[in-house]
Amino acid sequence: MASTLNWFKYASPASFYSLARKLAPWFAAFAALCAVIGLSLGLVLAPTDAQQGEAYRIIFIHVPAAWMSMFIYLVLAFWSAVSLVFNTRLSAMMGQALAPTGALFTLIALWTGALWGKPTWGTYWAWDARMTSELILLFLYLGYMALRNAIDDPRRADRASALLALVGAVNVPIIYFSVTWWNTLHQGASVSLTAAPRMAWIMLSGMLVMALAAWLYTIAMSLIRIQAIILEREYRATWIGQLELA
Amino acid sequence: MMSPGDFLAMGGYGFYVWGSYLAAAVLLGIEIVAVLARRKAARPAARGEIAENTA
Repeated sequence: MASTLNWFKYASPASFYSLARKLAPWFAAFAALCAVIGLSLGLVLAPTDAQQGEAYRIIFIHVPAAWMSMFIYLVLAFWSAVSLVFNTRLSAMMGQALAPTGALFTLIALWTGALWGKPTWGTYWAWDARMTSELILLFLYLGYMALRNAIDDPRRADRASALLALVGAVNVPIIYFSVTWWNTLHQGASVSLTAAPRMAWIMLSGMLVMALAAWLYTIAMSLIRIQAIILEREYRATWIGQLELA
Repeated sequence: MMSPGDFLAMGGYGFYVWGSYLAAAVLLGIEIVAVLARRKAARPAARGEIAENTA
């Protein structure tokens, strides 16, 4: 394996710890940079919407947060499947590192959705399919974290929470397609790969840059959190004792 | 050119727009502080376990 990059090297918590430690500040810095550009596009440069006035500017938080809430769950389900099949410690730790950020973005999506719903639909909340399934997503994240914390043995906690994450993954396509399967108060998809964008390019670019910021933020947060998790779970390993001395 | 007052008013939607941005900023800020504190607390120096591990 001398000539090719050995990815399996990073399946060991010890080597992934130092990789995460090197990469996290870069992702955090680029996330901050994208947020500044995205906020300038969204709050200053993008014009007022003809129908919604300034209220539409909530989109620059709401849509990236909602996308991340679903995407993080899919990544969580992926690492849960890997940890169940291969019984690898690091993949379970990946899930553990992602869940709080996923829950946070779900909460932000619900909160900003409520504050957007009031001026545009006249209500903060409705039990329509999109909103109800997104609320269920929040409960899935919270359930995943609560289940982990309720089991003392970390390896048993890995298996139980991975199973919960996998079963809950059914909810993600339900959220995504809810606006087409059911008659919802919530509007259809804002961006489609097959249709021409229905937004002005400056609004669209602001939203996409904010989505990129949310991506980079998520990677930075999970890389920092996984360092803490590795230290918490592997504290008996000799290499951790040597960290402070090096 | 838009005045700072106009910017904050957001065409009468200030409560909804800033309520969204502020809540998101506060929640992300809490996460950043919490995750850095968790990493700090997990370091062997904070746990007082260096002696045990290297003995």
